[in-house]
Amino acid sequence: MNLRRLSAVAKKECLHILRDSSSLYISIALPMILLLLYGYALTLDVDRVPIVIWDQSETTESRELISRFAGSHYFTAQSFASGYKDIEHAIDTRQALAALIIPKEFAQLLGAGESTPVQMIVDGTDANTATLALGYAQVVTLVYSQEIILQKARQLRGQVLTVPIDVRPRAWFNPDLESKNYIIPGLIAVIMMVIAALLTSLTIAREWETGTMEQLISTPIKGPELITGKLIPYIFLGLLDVLLAVLMGKYLFHVPLRGNVGLLFAMATVFLAGAMSLGMLISIITKSQMLASQAAIVVTFLPSFLLSGFIFAISNMPVVIQWVAHLIPATYFITLLKGIYLKGIGLEVLALEAVLLTLFSVVVVLLANFKFKRKLV
Amino acid sequence: MFGRLKEMLIKEFIQIFRDPRTRFIILLPPIIQLVVFGYAVTTDVKNAATAIYDQDNSVASREIVSRFIRSRYFKVEKYIQQEEQIHRLIDHSRVKAVLQINKGFEEDLRSGRTAQVQMILDATDSNTAGILLGYGQRIVQEYSQEILLDRVARSLGPVRSIGGLDLQSRAWFNDNLESRNFYVPGVIAILLMLVTLMLTSMAIVREKEMGTMEQIMVTPISSMEFILGKTIPFGLIGFFDMVLVVLIAWGWFEVPVRGSLGWLFLGTGLYLMTTLGMGLLISTISRTQQQALMITFFYFQPMILLSGFMFPIDNMPEVVQWLTYLDPLRYFLVIIRGIFLKGIGPEILWPQMLALLVMGLVVFQLAVSRFKKYI
Repeated sequence: MNLRRLSAVAKKECLHILRDSSSLYISIALPMILLLLYGYALTLDVDRVPIVIWDQSETTESRELISRFAGSHYFTAQSFASGYKDIEHAIDTRQALAALIIPKEFAQLLGAGESTPVQMIVDGTDANTATLALGYAQVVTLVYSQEIILQKARQLRGQVLTVPIDVRPRAWFNPDLESKNYIIPGLIAVIMMVIAALLTSLTIAREWETGTMEQLISTPIKGPELITGKLIPYIFLGLLDVLLAVLMGKYLFHVPLRGNVGLLFAMATVFLAGAMSLGMLISIITKSQMLASQAAIVVTFLPSFLLSGFIFAISNMPVVIQWVAHLIPATYFITLLKGIYLKGIGLEVLALEAVLLTLFSVVVVLLANFKFKRKLV
Repeated sequence: MFGRLKEMLIKEFIQIFRDPRTRFIILLPPIIQLVVFGYAVTTDVKNAATAIYDQDNSVASREIVSRFIRSRYFKVEKYIQQEEQIHRLIDHSRVKAVLQINKGFEEDLRSGRTAQVQMILDATDSNTAGILLGYGQRIVQEYSQEILLDRVARSLGPVRSIGGLDLQSRAWFNDNLESRNFYVPGVIAILLMLVTLMLTSMAIVREKEMGTMEQIMVTPISSMEFILGKTIPFGLIGFFDMVLVVLIAWGWFEVPVRGSLGWLFLGTGLYLMTTLGMGLLISTISRTQQQALMITFFYFQPMILLSGFMFPIDNMPEVVQWLTYLDPLRYFLVIIRGIFLKGIGPEILWPQMLALLVMGLVVFQLAVSRFKKYI
C-alpha cells in the first residue's frame, strides 16, 4: 500500500464527487428530507381515529358512552349513521376507520342490570391501526363499564366500592410511546445503507463503461490502493450525513441521545466501510452501471428497510426470515443505534452486535479486494 | 409510423434480453423479494417475550399471570425474583414486557382497595409496546370487571343483577386482523414501481452516455416513437412481474383477492403509466446514469413514505397530506388494497383511477416535450 498513490486516487475520486454536484447535493439533501419527513410527518401513533357512530338508543346513557369515545384523544366522531348502509359507505370510502353501534335496547338493558352489548366494527385492511384502535376501544368501554357498575352498586345499596384492579403502565425509554423516538435512530442506518451503496455501486462500473479502467490499469496502482482510495472520500461524505442526522435528531426532533456519541460514530464508520465496500463489490462484479444500480437496490435498500427491524420487529417474523434478517448488516447497526440512543447502553451489552458488524465489514472489504484482483488479471 | 415503432421495439427487446443478467434481474428479484418481505412485513404481535415479577405469589396474582399466558399475546420467558433483573432483561432485549405484581396485591383486593398491577414495556419499539399495552390493559380490566360483578352480586344477593358493557368487535375485510394482508399488496405496488422506474430511468440516459443517441437521432424516428419504443417493453415487463407477484401473494401468502382481476389490471396499467412516465422524465433530465439513479432514489423514497404504505396518511400534518395527493403510489395502494381486500371496483375507486390517468398523461407529456427540447 503506497500512501502517495492512495491519496492520488482519493483526490481523483473527490474531484469526481465535487464535479458531479447533483449527486453531491442529493447525497446531502436526501437524508435531510427523509429525516424531516419522518420527524414531522410520519408516525405510527394511532390517535384521533375517525369513527362513525350509529346510536340507535339515543338516550343519556348512550350519549355518555359516545362522549367517552369522542373525549378520548384516540377517537374522533367523524359522522353519525342511521343504518349499516351508511357505515358500509363510510368505511368503503375510508372516511371512517371504525364504527360504533349502540343497540336500541342499550339504556333498558343497562337499567335492568343485564350485560349490555355494544358493537365495534373496524376496517381491518390496515391491521396495525385496527388492532391499536380496538385495544383502545376495549379499554374505554371496560373503564366506563366498571364505573357504571360502581355507580349502580352505590344507588342500590349505598355501597361505596372501588375499582378492583388498576394497570400502571410504565413504558421505559420512551414514556409517551412516540414512534419518532423509535424510528429516527433506525432511519439513520437505513439512510446510510442506501446512500453508501448508491454512491459506491457505480464507481467501478463507471470506470469500466467509460473505458477509463484501462488507463487506471496501465498505471502502477494496485487493487487495494484503488479500492481504499475510492472508499475514503465516500466514507467522509457518509460521516457528514451521520453528523447532520444526529444533529437534526437532537436539536430539531429532540430524540433523546442517552449513550456514548463516540461509540455511535465509531460504529457508523465501521458500518459505512462495510456498506460502501458492498457497493464496490457489486460494482466490481457487474461491471455495468444499470445492473449495478438494480443490484444495489435489491441488496441494500429494501432489505435494510423491511428486514432490519427498522419498523417491522424481527421477533415477529418467522424463524427462517429471522435468520435472513441477521445476515443484513443494517440489523446490527440498528440494534446498536437504538441501544445507544434510547437505552443509553454501551459495549457491555452490545458487544456481540458490534463484533458481528465489524466482522461483516472486514469480510466485505476483503472480498471486494479479492474480487477486484481477479478481474484485473 | 408503426413500422418504425416496430423496429424500435425489436431493438429494445434485443437489448434488454441479450444480457442474461438483465433477464435474471427482471424475473428473480421480484419473486424473491415478495416471498421474503411478505413474511417480514407484519406488525402482528403474538407470543411476545414477557417476564413475570410476581412478588405477591398469591391466588389472585397467579390468576392474572395465567390470563396473560392464556391470551397467547404474551409468552413467559422468565420468572424473576429481583428488581435488577428487569433492567438486564430489557437492556438485552430478552423480553418486551414485564408484568410486575407487588406484595400486598391480594391483600388490597380482599380489603376493597384498588390493587395495582404494573406493566413495564420496552418502548424502544413504540408500536409493539402500544399494542402489548392494549392487550395487557384489556386482560386486567376484564378480570377487574369480573371481580367487581362478583362482589356486587354477593352483596346485593340474587335479587337484582348488575351488568356492565360488553364490546363485541368485528373486523371487516380482514377477520383476524392479519397485518400481512395489508402490507403484501403494498409490497407488490412498491416492487412494481421500483422495477419499472429503475429500468426506464436508465433507458435514455444510457444511450446518451454510450453515444448511441447520436445514431438514433440521424434516423427518421420521431421523439414520440422513440419514447413509446422505450416504454412499451418496460410496460410489458411490469405487467409480467405484476402477474407473477399477484400469483405469489394469492397462492402462497393466501392474501384474499376479492375483487375483479380485470379492474386490478386496468389499475395496474394506469399506475405503470405514471411510473414509466416518471422514469422517462428522469432519464431525459439527467446526463449520467449515476445522476439518473440518484434522482430516481430521491423521487421514490418520499413516494413510498408518503403513500400510506406503512404510515397512515390520516396521522400526517395537513400540509403533508396535501403533498400525498401528488403521489401515484398513494392512489394505487387504495386501488390494490380495495380490490384485494374489500372487493370493491371502479364504482368507488374511480377518483383514484382518474387521478392516476391524469398524472400519467401529464408526466408522459412532460417527458416527450423535455425530450424534444433536448434534441
